[in-house]
Amino acid sequence: MNIYTARTGGLAILATIIAVAPLGFSNTYFYDVGVNAMFNAIVCVGLNLLIGYAGQISLGHAGFFALGAYGSGILTTVYGFPPIGALVLSAAVVGLLAFAVGRPILKLKGHYLAMATLGIGIIIHIVLKTEAKITGGPDGMSLDNFKMLGFAIKGDVMWYWVAGIALVGSVWLALNLIDSPVGRALRAVHGSEVGAEVVGVDTSRYKVLVFVVSAVFASVVGSLFAHKNGFITPDIGSFFHSVELVTMVVLGGMASTFGALIGAVILTLLPQVLAAVEQYEAMILGAIMMGTMIFMPKGLLPSLVAVLRRRGGGR
Amino acid sequence: MSLLKVERLSKEFGGIHAIEDLTFSVEAGDIHSIIGPNGAGKTTLFNLITGVYTPSSGRVLFQDRVVSGMKPYELAALGMSRTFQNLQIFFNMKAIENVMVGHHLHLDRRFLPSLLRLPTVTRRDRECRDYCAGLLEFVGLAKYLDADAGSMPYGALKRLEIARALAAQPKMLLLDEPAAGLNATESREIDEVIKRVASSGVTVVLVEHDMKMVMGISDHILALDYGRKLAEGTPAEVRANPEVVSAYLGAHG
Ligand SMILES: Nc1ncnc2c1ncn2[C@@H]1O[C@H](COP(=O)(O)OP(=O)(O)OP(=O)(O)O)[C@@H](O)[C@H]1O
Ligand SMILES: [Mg+2]
Repeated sequence: MNIYTARTGGLAILATIIAVAPLGFSNTYFYDVGVNAMFNAIVCVGLNLLIGYAGQISLGHAGFFALGAYGSGILTTVYGFPPIGALVLSAAVVGLLAFAVGRPILKLKGHYLAMATLGIGIIIHIVLKTEAKITGGPDGMSLDNFKMLGFAIKGDVMWYWVAGIALVGSVWLALNLIDSPVGRALRAVHGSEVGAEVVGVDTSRYKVLVFVVSAVFASVVGSLFAHKNGFITPDIGSFFHSVELVTMVVLGGMASTFGALIGAVILTLLPQVLAAVEQYEAMILGAIMMGTMIFMPKGLLPSLVAVLRRRGGGR
Repeated sequence: MSLLKVERLSKEFGGIHAIEDLTFSVEAGDIHSIIGPNGAGKTTLFNLITGVYTPSSGRVLFQDRVVSGMKPYELAALGMSRTFQNLQIFFNMKAIENVMVGHHLHLDRRFLPSLLRLPTVTRRDRECRDYCAGLLEFVGLAKYLDADAGSMPYGALKRLEIARALAAQPKMLLLDEPAAGLNATESREIDEVIKRVASSGVTVVLVEHDMKMVMGISDHILALDYGRKLAEGTPAEVRANPEVVSAYLGAHG
Protein backbone atom coordinates (compact mmCIF):
# COMPACT_ATOMS: atom_id res chain seq x y z
CA MET A 1 0.00 0.00 0.00
CA ASN A 2 2.98 2.18 0.68
CA ILE A 3 3.93 2.06 -2.97
CA TYR A 4 0.41 2.81 -4.02
CA THR A 5 0.15 5.98 -1.98
CA ALA A 6 3.61 7.11 -3.07
CA ARG A 7 2.48 6.77 -6.69
CA THR A 8 -0.78 8.60 -6.45
CA GLY A 9 0.71 11.16 -4.07
CA GLY A 10 3.54 11.92 -6.48
CA LEU A 11 1.16 12.22 -9.41
CA ALA A 12 -1.14 14.51 -7.45
CA ILE A 13 1.75 16.77 -6.45
CA LEU A 14 2.98 16.90 -10.04
CA ALA A 15 -0.48 17.78 -11.36
CA THR A 16 -0.87 20.45 -8.70
CA ILE A 17 2.49 22.04 -9.49
CA ILE A 18 1.65 22.12 -13.19
CA ALA A 19 -1.76 23.64 -12.45
CA VAL A 20 -0.50 26.24 -10.00
CA ALA A 21 2.77 27.29 -11.66
CA PRO A 22 1.08 29.65 -14.17
CA LEU A 23 -0.02 31.84 -11.25
CA GLY A 24 3.61 33.00 -11.19
CA PHE A 25 3.91 33.44 -14.97
CA SER A 26 4.05 37.13 -15.87
CA ASN A 27 4.06 36.68 -19.66
CA THR A 28 3.71 34.01 -22.35
CA TYR A 29 7.47 33.51 -22.42
CA PHE A 30 7.15 31.67 -19.12
CA TYR A 31 4.62 29.34 -20.70
CA ASP A 32 7.01 28.74 -23.57
CA VAL A 33 9.81 27.74 -21.21
CA GLY A 34 7.37 25.64 -19.21
CA VAL A 35 6.33 23.71 -22.32
CA ASN A 36 9.95 23.04 -23.25
CA ALA A 37 10.71 21.90 -19.72
CA MET A 38 7.77 19.49 -19.76
CA PHE A 39 8.60 18.18 -23.23
CA ASN A 40 12.14 17.45 -22.09
CA ALA A 41 10.74 15.89 -18.93
CA ILE A 42 8.62 13.44 -20.94
CA VAL A 43 11.59 12.39 -23.06
CA CYS A 44 13.64 11.92 -19.89
CA VAL A 45 10.97 9.89 -18.14
CA GLY A 46 11.09 7.53 -21.13
CA LEU A 47 14.87 7.60 -21.36
CA ASN A 48 15.16 6.88 -17.66
CA LEU A 49 13.33 3.58 -18.17
CA LEU A 50 16.23 2.61 -20.40
CA ILE A 51 19.13 4.19 -18.53
CA GLY A 52 18.07 4.29 -14.91
CA TYR A 53 15.90 1.21 -14.64
CA ALA A 54 17.22 -1.25 -17.23
CA GLY A 55 20.82 -0.02 -16.89
CA GLN A 56 21.45 0.48 -20.61
CA ILE A 57 22.75 3.65 -22.23
CA SER A 58 21.76 5.60 -25.30
CA LEU A 59 23.66 8.54 -26.71
CA GLY A 60 21.37 8.74 -29.71
CA HIS A 61 17.95 9.53 -28.37
CA ALA A 62 17.86 13.02 -29.85
CA GLY A 63 17.85 11.17 -33.17
CA PHE A 64 14.55 9.47 -32.33
CA PHE A 65 13.19 12.81 -31.12
CA ALA A 66 14.19 14.41 -34.42
CA LEU A 67 12.70 11.56 -36.45
CA GLY A 68 9.38 12.09 -34.69
CA ALA A 69 9.57 15.80 -35.41
CA TYR A 70 10.52 15.38 -39.06
CA GLY A 71 8.08 12.51 -39.52
CA SER A 72 5.29 14.81 -38.44
CA GLY A 73 6.67 17.66 -40.53
CA ILE A 74 6.97 15.65 -43.71
CA LEU A 75 3.75 13.65 -43.34
CA THR A 76 1.60 16.71 -42.62
CA THR A 77 3.10 19.18 -45.08
CA VAL A 78 4.04 16.90 -47.99
CA TYR A 79 1.47 14.11 -47.69
CA GLY A 80 -1.37 16.00 -46.06
CA PHE A 81 -1.67 13.68 -43.06
CA PRO A 82 -3.70 14.89 -40.10
CA PRO A 83 -1.23 15.77 -37.29
CA ILE A 84 -2.40 13.02 -34.97
CA GLY A 85 -2.05 10.46 -37.77
CA ALA A 86 1.43 11.74 -38.54
CA LEU A 87 2.39 11.55 -34.87
CA VAL A 88 1.20 7.97 -34.53
CA LEU A 89 2.72 6.81 -37.80
CA SER A 90 6.06 8.49 -37.00
CA ALA A 91 6.09 6.88 -33.57
CA ALA A 92 5.35 3.49 -35.12
CA VAL A 93 8.17 3.88 -37.63
CA VAL A 94 10.58 5.04 -34.94
CA GLY A 95 9.50 2.09 -32.79
CA LEU A 96 10.20 -0.30 -35.65
CA LEU A 97 13.55 1.32 -36.34
CA ALA A 98 14.49 1.09 -32.65
CA PHE A 99 13.42 -2.56 -32.70
CA ALA A 100 15.50 -3.29 -35.79
CA VAL A 101 18.67 -1.61 -34.55
CA GLY A 102 18.05 -2.54 -30.92
CA ARG A 103 18.34 -6.29 -31.38
CA PRO A 104 21.96 -6.27 -32.55
CA ILE A 105 23.26 -3.30 -30.56
CA LEU A 106 21.76 -4.18 -27.20
CA LYS A 107 23.92 -7.30 -27.20
CA LEU A 108 26.72 -4.82 -26.62
CA LYS A 109 27.58 -3.54 -23.20
CA GLY A 110 29.07 -0.42 -21.67
CA HIS A 111 31.24 1.65 -23.98
CA TYR A 112 30.31 -0.43 -27.00
CA LEU A 113 26.61 0.19 -26.55
CA ALA A 114 27.30 3.89 -25.99
CA MET A 115 29.30 4.07 -29.23
CA ALA A 116 26.67 2.17 -31.23
CA THR A 117 23.80 4.39 -30.08
CA LEU A 118 25.99 7.43 -30.65
CA GLY A 119 26.45 6.19 -34.22
CA ILE A 120 22.71 5.87 -34.75
CA GLY A 121 22.14 9.41 -33.53
CA ILE A 122 24.86 10.76 -35.78
CA ILE A 123 23.52 8.93 -38.84
CA ILE A 124 20.02 10.29 -38.25
CA HIS A 125 21.39 13.80 -37.78
CA ILE A 126 23.41 13.62 -41.00
CA VAL A 127 20.52 12.21 -43.02
CA LEU A 128 18.23 15.01 -41.84
CA LYS A 129 20.89 17.53 -42.78
CA THR A 130 21.76 16.18 -46.20
CA GLU A 131 18.41 14.98 -47.54
CA ALA A 132 17.52 18.60 -48.19
CA LYS A 133 14.86 17.78 -50.79
CA ILE A 134 12.62 16.20 -48.18
CA THR A 135 13.81 17.78 -44.94
CA GLY A 136 14.84 21.24 -46.08
CA GLY A 137 18.39 20.45 -44.99
CA PRO A 138 20.17 22.71 -42.52
CA ASP A 139 17.60 25.46 -43.22
CA GLY A 140 14.94 23.37 -41.52
CA MET A 141 11.26 23.06 -42.31
CA SER A 142 8.02 24.65 -41.20
CA LEU A 143 4.89 22.99 -39.84
CA ASP A 144 1.29 23.96 -39.31
CA ASN A 145 -0.58 24.00 -36.05
CA PHE A 146 -1.62 20.77 -34.44
CA LYS A 147 -5.26 20.39 -35.45
CA MET A 148 -7.55 17.69 -34.22
CA LEU A 149 -11.33 17.35 -34.61
CA GLY A 150 -11.50 20.83 -36.09
CA PHE A 151 -9.67 22.29 -33.13
CA ALA A 152 -6.17 23.81 -33.32
CA ILE A 153 -3.67 23.82 -30.47
CA LYS A 154 -2.23 27.30 -30.74
CA GLY A 155 -0.11 29.56 -28.62
CA ASP A 156 2.09 28.94 -25.64
CA VAL A 157 -0.70 28.91 -23.07
CA MET A 158 -2.69 26.19 -24.79
CA TRP A 159 0.44 24.16 -25.41
CA TYR A 160 1.28 24.48 -21.75
CA TRP A 161 -1.84 22.59 -20.75
CA VAL A 162 -1.39 20.00 -23.47
CA ALA A 163 2.20 19.39 -22.38
CA GLY A 164 1.09 19.26 -18.76
CA ILE A 165 -1.50 16.58 -19.45
CA ALA A 166 0.98 14.66 -21.57
CA LEU A 167 3.57 14.81 -18.80
CA VAL A 168 1.21 13.59 -16.09
CA GLY A 169 0.10 10.82 -18.44
CA SER A 170 3.69 9.80 -19.20
CA VAL A 171 4.67 9.72 -15.56
CA TRP A 172 1.60 7.64 -14.83
CA LEU A 173 2.55 5.15 -17.56
CA ALA A 174 6.16 5.00 -16.42
CA LEU A 175 5.21 4.40 -12.80
CA ASN A 176 2.77 1.70 -13.86
CA LEU A 177 5.40 -0.05 -15.87
CA ILE A 178 8.12 0.10 -13.21
CA ASP A 179 5.87 -1.47 -10.62
CA SER A 180 4.73 -4.36 -12.82
CA PRO A 181 6.15 -7.73 -13.81
CA VAL A 182 7.61 -6.11 -16.92
CA GLY A 183 9.22 -3.32 -14.91
CA ARG A 184 10.70 -5.69 -12.35
CA ALA A 185 12.18 -7.72 -15.19
CA LEU A 186 13.74 -4.53 -16.58
CA ARG A 187 15.26 -3.67 -13.23
CA ALA A 188 16.47 -7.24 -12.84
CA VAL A 189 18.32 -6.90 -16.14
CA HIS A 190 20.14 -3.99 -14.55
CA GLY A 191 20.79 -5.90 -11.32
CA SER A 192 22.15 -9.12 -12.82
CA GLU A 193 21.50 -10.38 -16.33
CA VAL A 194 22.38 -13.98 -15.55
CA GLY A 195 20.38 -13.83 -12.32
CA ALA A 196 17.36 -12.68 -14.30
CA GLU A 197 17.85 -15.25 -17.05
CA VAL A 198 17.86 -18.24 -14.74
CA VAL A 199 14.44 -17.38 -13.36
CA GLY A 200 12.98 -17.05 -16.83
CA VAL A 201 13.56 -13.45 -17.90
CA ASP A 202 14.42 -13.21 -21.58
CA THR A 203 16.87 -10.38 -21.00
CA SER A 204 17.53 -9.46 -24.63
CA ARG A 205 13.81 -9.19 -25.29
CA TYR A 206 13.34 -6.81 -22.37
CA LYS A 207 16.30 -4.69 -23.35
CA VAL A 208 14.90 -4.26 -26.84
CA LEU A 209 11.44 -3.58 -25.44
CA VAL A 210 12.60 -0.75 -23.20
CA PHE A 211 14.76 0.67 -25.98
CA VAL A 212 11.70 0.78 -28.24
CA VAL A 213 9.51 2.29 -25.53
CA SER A 214 11.99 5.04 -24.75
CA ALA A 215 12.44 5.77 -28.47
CA VAL A 216 8.68 6.06 -28.92
CA PHE A 217 8.48 8.48 -25.98
CA ALA A 218 11.12 10.63 -27.70
CA SER A 219 9.40 10.40 -31.07
CA VAL A 220 5.99 11.46 -29.76
CA VAL A 221 7.49 14.44 -27.96
CA GLY A 222 9.44 15.28 -31.12
CA SER A 223 6.17 15.41 -33.06
CA LEU A 224 4.50 17.64 -30.47
CA PHE A 225 7.56 19.87 -30.28
CA ALA A 226 7.61 20.28 -34.05
CA HIS A 227 4.01 21.48 -34.16
CA LYS A 228 4.43 23.67 -31.14
CA ASN A 229 7.55 25.33 -32.50
CA GLY A 230 6.19 25.51 -36.04
CA PHE A 231 9.75 25.18 -37.29
CA ILE A 232 12.45 22.51 -36.91
CA THR A 233 16.09 22.16 -37.91
CA PRO A 234 18.28 19.02 -37.98
CA ASP A 235 20.08 20.21 -34.86
CA ILE A 236 17.26 18.94 -32.66
CA GLY A 237 18.77 15.55 -33.51
CA SER A 238 22.34 16.55 -32.75
CA PHE A 239 24.74 14.68 -30.51
CA PHE A 240 24.70 17.65 -28.17
CA HIS A 241 20.95 17.28 -27.68
CA SER A 242 21.39 13.55 -26.92
CA VAL A 243 24.00 14.35 -24.31
CA GLU A 244 21.73 17.01 -22.86
CA LEU A 245 18.98 14.44 -22.43
CA VAL A 246 21.28 11.94 -20.73
CA THR A 247 22.62 14.67 -18.44
CA MET A 248 19.08 15.54 -17.39
CA VAL A 249 18.45 11.93 -16.40
CA VAL A 250 21.77 11.56 -14.61
CA LEU A 251 21.42 14.86 -12.75
CA GLY A 252 17.87 14.27 -11.61
CA GLY A 253 18.38 10.69 -10.59
CA MET A 254 18.73 7.43 -12.43
CA ALA A 255 16.03 4.92 -11.59
CA SER A 256 13.83 7.69 -10.23
CA THR A 257 10.99 8.84 -12.46
CA PHE A 258 10.41 12.07 -10.59
CA GLY A 259 14.17 12.57 -10.43
CA ALA A 260 14.50 12.43 -14.21
CA LEU A 261 11.64 14.88 -14.45
CA ILE A 262 13.30 17.30 -12.05
CA GLY A 263 16.63 16.98 -13.88
CA ALA A 264 14.88 17.89 -17.14
CA VAL A 265 13.19 20.90 -15.62
CA ILE A 266 16.39 22.19 -13.99
CA LEU A 267 18.48 21.89 -17.13
CA THR A 268 15.77 23.51 -19.23
CA LEU A 269 15.47 26.44 -16.87
CA LEU A 270 19.20 26.86 -16.31
CA PRO A 271 19.97 28.63 -19.62
CA GLN A 272 17.07 31.01 -18.95
CA VAL A 273 18.43 31.90 -15.55
CA LEU A 274 22.01 32.12 -16.78
CA ALA A 275 21.24 33.92 -20.03
CA ALA A 276 24.51 35.82 -19.72
CA VAL A 277 26.64 32.69 -20.00
CA GLU A 278 24.88 31.22 -23.00
CA GLN A 279 28.10 30.59 -24.90
CA TYR A 280 29.33 28.36 -22.07
CA GLU A 281 26.26 26.13 -22.08
CA ALA A 282 28.14 23.02 -23.22
CA MET A 283 30.82 23.57 -20.59
CA ILE A 284 28.29 24.01 -17.84
CA LEU A 285 26.53 20.85 -18.97
CA GLY A 286 29.82 18.98 -18.79
CA ALA A 287 30.56 20.36 -15.35
CA ILE A 288 27.13 19.37 -14.09
CA MET A 289 27.59 15.86 -15.45
CA MET A 290 30.99 15.48 -13.80
CA GLY A 291 29.85 17.03 -10.55
CA THR A 292 26.84 14.74 -10.38
CA MET A 293 28.87 11.61 -11.05
CA ILE A 294 31.43 12.54 -8.39
CA PHE A 295 29.29 13.99 -5.63
CA MET A 296 25.93 12.29 -6.02
CA PRO A 297 26.15 9.40 -8.46
CA LYS A 298 22.57 8.45 -7.69
CA GLY A 299 21.36 11.85 -8.82
CA LEU A 300 19.68 14.79 -7.16
CA LEU A 301 16.36 13.39 -6.00
CA PRO A 302 17.53 10.00 -4.66
CA SER A 303 20.44 11.71 -2.84
CA LEU A 304 18.08 14.27 -1.35
CA VAL A 305 15.68 11.57 -0.21
CA ALA A 306 18.57 9.66 1.40
CA VAL A 307 19.68 12.77 3.28
CA LEU A 308 16.14 13.49 4.47
CA ARG A 309 15.73 9.91 5.65
CA ARG A 310 18.93 10.10 7.66
CA ARG A 311 17.88 13.43 9.19
CA GLY A 312 14.49 11.96 9.96
CA GLY A 313 16.17 9.58 12.38
CA GLY A 314 16.75 6.53 10.26
CA ARG A 315 14.04 4.24 9.04
CA MET B 1 12.83 -41.90 -13.56
CA SER B 2 15.86 -39.78 -14.34
CA LEU B 3 14.93 -36.13 -14.36
CA LEU B 4 18.33 -35.03 -15.61
CA LYS B 5 20.78 -36.91 -17.77
CA VAL B 6 24.24 -35.67 -18.58
CA GLU B 7 25.88 -37.56 -21.43
CA ARG B 8 29.59 -37.41 -22.28
CA LEU B 9 29.63 -33.73 -21.45
CA SER B 10 32.82 -31.72 -21.95
CA LYS B 11 33.74 -28.08 -21.60
CA GLU B 12 37.11 -26.62 -22.48
CA PHE B 13 38.41 -23.18 -21.71
CA GLY B 14 41.40 -22.61 -23.96
CA GLY B 15 43.06 -25.92 -23.20
CA ILE B 16 41.69 -26.37 -19.69
CA HIS B 17 39.27 -29.28 -19.49
CA ALA B 18 36.89 -27.89 -16.88
CA ILE B 19 34.50 -30.78 -17.52
CA GLU B 20 35.67 -33.85 -19.36
CA ASP B 21 33.55 -36.67 -20.75
CA LEU B 22 31.15 -36.64 -17.84
CA THR B 23 28.11 -38.91 -17.71
CA PHE B 24 25.65 -39.18 -14.85
CA SER B 25 21.98 -38.83 -14.09
CA VAL B 26 19.82 -37.35 -11.38
CA GLU B 27 16.71 -39.15 -10.17
CA ALA B 28 13.53 -37.18 -9.64
CA GLY B 29 12.92 -36.34 -6.00
CA ASP B 30 16.51 -36.91 -4.88
CA ILE B 31 18.95 -34.63 -3.19
CA HIS B 32 21.90 -35.17 -5.48
CA SER B 33 25.15 -33.66 -4.31
CA ILE B 34 28.20 -32.86 -6.36
CA ILE B 35 31.45 -32.62 -4.48
CA GLY B 36 35.05 -32.09 -5.43
CA PRO B 37 38.07 -29.96 -4.59
CA ASN B 38 38.34 -26.32 -5.69
CA GLY B 39 38.53 -26.07 -9.45
CA ALA B 40 37.04 -29.54 -9.96
CA GLY B 41 34.47 -28.12 -12.36
CA LYS B 42 31.33 -28.09 -10.21
CA THR B 43 30.27 -24.55 -11.06
CA THR B 44 31.12 -25.10 -14.71
CA LEU B 45 28.87 -28.16 -14.66
CA PHE B 46 26.03 -26.04 -13.23
CA ASN B 47 26.59 -23.45 -15.91
CA LEU B 48 26.43 -26.14 -18.59
CA ILE B 49 23.27 -27.69 -17.20
CA THR B 50 21.46 -24.36 -16.83
CA GLY B 51 22.43 -23.01 -20.22
CA VAL B 52 24.80 -20.30 -19.03
CA TYR B 53 27.57 -22.06 -20.97
CA THR B 54 27.25 -24.19 -24.09
CA PRO B 55 29.07 -27.51 -23.99
CA SER B 56 32.15 -28.16 -26.11
CA SER B 57 30.69 -31.61 -26.69
CA GLY B 58 28.17 -33.99 -25.21
CA ARG B 59 24.63 -33.19 -24.22
CA VAL B 60 22.22 -32.59 -21.38
CA LEU B 61 18.72 -34.05 -21.21
CA PHE B 62 16.04 -32.71 -18.92
CA GLN B 63 12.89 -34.82 -18.67
CA ASP B 64 14.23 -36.84 -21.62
CA ARG B 65 14.46 -33.79 -23.79
CA VAL B 66 17.78 -32.52 -25.15
CA VAL B 67 18.28 -29.12 -23.63
CA SER B 68 21.93 -28.31 -24.30
CA GLY B 69 22.12 -25.16 -26.39
CA MET B 70 18.98 -23.73 -24.91
CA LYS B 71 19.04 -20.35 -23.15
CA PRO B 72 18.81 -20.16 -19.35
CA TYR B 73 15.41 -18.46 -19.51
CA GLU B 74 14.08 -21.28 -21.69
CA LEU B 75 15.36 -23.84 -19.21
CA ALA B 76 13.74 -21.90 -16.42
CA ALA B 77 10.44 -22.26 -18.25
CA LEU B 78 11.04 -26.03 -18.38
CA GLY B 79 11.50 -26.13 -14.63
CA MET B 80 15.16 -25.51 -13.80
CA SER B 81 16.22 -22.89 -11.36
CA ARG B 82 19.46 -22.17 -9.56
CA THR B 83 21.50 -20.08 -7.19
CA PHE B 84 25.03 -18.83 -7.68
CA GLN B 85 28.26 -19.35 -5.78
CA ASN B 86 29.16 -15.72 -6.42
CA LEU B 87 25.86 -13.98 -5.67
CA GLN B 88 23.75 -12.70 -8.55
CA ILE B 89 21.39 -10.56 -6.53
CA PHE B 90 19.46 -7.63 -7.96
CA PHE B 91 21.06 -5.08 -5.69
CA ASN B 92 18.98 -2.29 -7.19
CA MET B 93 15.78 -3.83 -5.79
CA LYS B 94 14.17 -4.71 -2.51
CA ALA B 95 14.39 -8.23 -1.08
CA ILE B 96 10.74 -8.96 -1.84
CA GLU B 97 11.15 -7.65 -5.39
CA ASN B 98 14.11 -9.96 -5.94
CA VAL B 99 11.86 -12.88 -5.08
CA MET B 100 9.02 -11.50 -7.20
CA VAL B 101 11.30 -11.49 -10.23
CA GLY B 102 11.75 -15.17 -9.47
CA HIS B 103 8.01 -15.60 -10.00
CA HIS B 104 8.22 -13.87 -13.39
CA LEU B 105 7.13 -16.84 -15.48
CA HIS B 106 3.94 -17.27 -13.50
CA LEU B 107 2.75 -13.68 -13.89
CA ASP B 108 0.86 -11.75 -16.52
CA ARG B 109 3.81 -10.16 -18.29
CA ARG B 110 2.04 -8.67 -21.28
CA PHE B 111 3.31 -5.18 -21.99
CA LEU B 112 0.13 -3.17 -22.44
CA PRO B 113 -1.73 -4.46 -19.38
CA SER B 114 1.41 -3.69 -17.34
CA LEU B 115 1.72 -0.22 -18.84
CA LEU B 116 -1.94 0.56 -18.15
CA ARG B 117 -1.93 -1.12 -14.76
CA LEU B 118 -4.99 -3.18 -15.56
CA PRO B 119 -6.72 -4.75 -12.55
CA THR B 120 -5.81 -8.27 -13.69
CA VAL B 121 -2.13 -7.39 -13.47
CA THR B 122 -2.34 -5.66 -10.10
CA ARG B 123 -4.42 -8.42 -8.56
CA ARG B 124 -1.98 -11.12 -9.57
CA ASP B 125 0.87 -8.88 -8.50
CA ARG B 126 -0.62 -8.62 -5.03
CA GLU B 127 -1.02 -12.38 -4.85
CA CYS B 128 2.57 -12.72 -6.05
CA ARG B 129 3.75 -10.36 -3.31
CA ASP B 130 2.01 -12.43 -0.64
CA TYR B 131 3.34 -15.65 -2.08
CA CYS B 132 6.88 -14.28 -2.20
CA ALA B 133 6.61 -12.91 1.33
CA GLY B 134 5.79 -16.49 2.33
CA LEU B 135 8.94 -17.71 0.60
CA LEU B 136 11.05 -15.11 2.39
CA GLU B 137 9.62 -16.38 5.64
CA PHE B 138 10.30 -19.95 4.54
CA VAL B 139 14.02 -19.21 4.14
CA GLY B 140 14.07 -17.21 7.37
CA LEU B 141 14.16 -13.71 5.93
CA ALA B 142 10.77 -12.40 7.01
CA LYS B 143 12.32 -9.38 8.65
CA TYR B 144 14.03 -8.28 5.43
CA LEU B 145 10.80 -8.12 3.42
CA ASP B 146 11.05 -4.45 2.47
CA ALA B 147 14.81 -4.11 2.89
CA ASP B 148 16.96 -2.98 -0.02
CA ALA B 149 18.94 -6.00 -1.15
CA GLY B 150 22.05 -3.81 -1.04
CA SER B 151 21.71 -3.36 2.70
CA MET B 152 21.46 -7.06 3.58
CA PRO B 153 24.27 -9.16 5.09
CA TYR B 154 25.95 -11.91 3.10
CA GLY B 155 24.25 -14.82 4.81
CA ALA B 156 20.84 -13.29 4.17
CA LEU B 157 21.67 -12.77 0.49
CA LYS B 158 22.53 -16.44 0.07
CA ARG B 159 19.08 -17.29 1.36
CA LEU B 160 17.48 -14.58 -0.72
CA GLU B 161 18.79 -16.33 -3.83
CA ILE B 162 17.22 -19.57 -2.68
CA ALA B 163 13.88 -17.83 -2.17
CA ARG B 164 14.13 -16.26 -5.61
CA ALA B 165 14.91 -19.61 -7.20
CA LEU B 166 12.00 -21.23 -5.37
CA ALA B 167 9.64 -18.51 -6.57
CA ALA B 168 10.13 -19.89 -10.06
CA GLN B 169 8.53 -23.10 -8.76
CA PRO B 170 11.16 -25.33 -10.33
CA LYS B 171 11.09 -29.08 -10.75
CA MET B 172 14.82 -29.08 -10.21
CA LEU B 173 16.72 -26.67 -8.01
CA LEU B 174 20.49 -26.33 -8.36
CA LEU B 175 22.28 -24.83 -5.37
CA ASP B 176 25.91 -23.77 -5.76
CA GLU B 177 27.50 -23.69 -2.31
CA PRO B 178 24.49 -22.35 -0.40
CA ALA B 179 26.29 -22.64 2.94
CA ALA B 180 29.59 -21.06 1.93
CA GLY B 181 30.49 -18.21 4.25
CA LEU B 182 27.72 -18.97 6.69
CA ASN B 183 28.18 -19.62 10.39
CA ALA B 184 27.19 -22.94 11.97
CA THR B 185 23.68 -21.83 12.93
CA GLU B 186 22.98 -20.39 9.49
CA SER B 187 24.32 -23.57 7.87
CA ARG B 188 21.94 -25.68 9.92
CA GLU B 189 19.05 -23.45 8.84
CA ILE B 190 20.00 -23.85 5.19
CA ASP B 191 20.25 -27.58 5.74
CA GLU B 192 16.70 -27.51 7.06
CA VAL B 193 15.46 -25.41 4.15
CA ILE B 194 16.97 -27.81 1.61
CA LYS B 195 15.36 -30.80 3.30
CA ARG B 196 11.99 -29.13 3.29
CA VAL B 197 12.33 -28.15 -0.36
CA ALA B 198 13.20 -31.73 -1.26
CA SER B 199 10.34 -33.14 0.75
CA SER B 200 7.96 -30.88 -1.18
CA GLY B 201 8.92 -32.89 -4.28
CA VAL B 202 11.56 -30.63 -5.81
CA THR B 203 14.69 -32.39 -7.00
CA VAL B 204 17.76 -30.74 -5.52
CA VAL B 205 21.22 -30.72 -7.04
CA LEU B 206 23.64 -29.47 -4.44
CA VAL B 207 27.23 -28.32 -4.67
CA GLU B 208 28.65 -27.91 -1.21
CA HIS B 209 31.99 -28.13 0.57
CA ASP B 210 30.41 -28.65 3.98
CA MET B 211 30.85 -32.43 4.17
CA LYS B 212 28.76 -32.80 7.26
CA MET B 213 25.82 -31.28 5.46
CA VAL B 214 26.43 -33.22 2.26
CA MET B 215 26.77 -36.58 3.97
CA GLY B 216 23.75 -35.87 6.10
CA ILE B 217 21.18 -34.91 3.51
CA SER B 218 22.20 -36.44 0.19
CA ASP B 219 20.50 -39.41 -1.43
CA HIS B 220 23.25 -39.62 -3.98
CA ILE B 221 26.68 -38.09 -4.39
CA LEU B 222 28.84 -37.46 -7.44
CA ALA B 223 32.50 -36.72 -6.75
CA LEU B 224 34.45 -34.79 -9.38
CA ASP B 225 38.12 -34.10 -9.80
CA TYR B 226 39.71 -32.23 -12.69
CA GLY B 227 36.38 -32.29 -14.50
CA ARG B 228 36.09 -36.07 -14.40
CA LYS B 229 33.94 -38.41 -12.43
CA LEU B 230 35.88 -39.73 -9.48
CA ALA B 231 33.19 -41.69 -7.73
CA GLU B 232 29.47 -41.96 -7.46
CA GLY B 233 26.99 -43.54 -5.08
CA THR B 234 25.34 -43.23 -1.72
CA PRO B 235 27.05 -41.08 0.93
CA ALA B 236 28.40 -44.21 2.61
CA GLU B 237 29.84 -45.56 -0.66
CA VAL B 238 31.45 -42.28 -1.62
CA ARG B 239 32.92 -41.72 1.81
CA ALA B 240 34.50 -45.17 1.69
CA ASN B 241 35.96 -44.66 -1.76
CA PRO B 242 39.76 -44.49 -1.53
CA GLU B 243 40.07 -42.21 -4.57
CA VAL B 244 37.77 -39.67 -3.01
CA VAL B 245 39.71 -39.77 0.19
CA SER B 246 43.04 -39.28 -1.56
CA ALA B 247 41.72 -36.53 -3.87
CA TYR B 248 40.50 -34.64 -0.87
CA LEU B 249 43.64 -35.22 1.10
CA GLY B 250 45.70 -34.35 -1.96
CA ALA B 251 43.84 -31.14 -2.63
CA HIS B 252 43.30 -29.92 0.88
CA GLY B 253 46.19 -31.49 2.75
N1 LIG C 1 34.72 -18.79 -17.71
C1 LIG C 1 35.86 -19.45 -17.54
N2 LIG C 1 36.94 -19.19 -18.31
C2 LIG C 1 38.08 -19.86 -18.17
N3 LIG C 1 38.26 -20.83 -17.26
C3 LIG C 1 37.24 -21.15 -16.47
C4 LIG C 1 36.00 -20.48 -16.56
N4 LIG C 1 35.15 -21.00 -15.62
C5 LIG C 1 35.86 -21.94 -14.98
N5 LIG C 1 37.09 -22.04 -15.48
C6 LIG C 1 38.12 -23.00 -15.05
O1 LIG C 1 37.54 -24.26 -15.02
C7 LIG C 1 37.97 -25.00 -13.89
C8 LIG C 1 36.79 -25.42 -13.07
O2 LIG C 1 36.26 -24.27 -12.41
P1 LIG C 1 34.91 -24.30 -11.57
O3 LIG C 1 34.62 -22.92 -11.17
O4 LIG C 1 33.87 -25.01 -12.34
O5 LIG C 1 35.35 -25.13 -10.29
P2 LIG C 1 34.54 -25.45 -8.98
O6 LIG C 1 34.54 -26.93 -8.82
O7 LIG C 1 33.23 -24.77 -8.97
O8 LIG C 1 35.50 -24.82 -7.88
P3 LIG C 1 35.12 -24.14 -6.47
O9 LIG C 1 34.95 -25.24 -5.49
O10 LIG C 1 36.35 -23.32 -6.16
O11 LIG C 1 33.93 -23.32 -6.68
C9 LIG C 1 38.95 -24.11 -13.15
O12 LIG C 1 40.24 -24.45 -13.57
C10 LIG C 1 38.60 -22.74 -13.64
O13 LIG C 1 39.72 -21.89 -13.61
MG1 LIG D 1 32.35 -23.37 -7.86
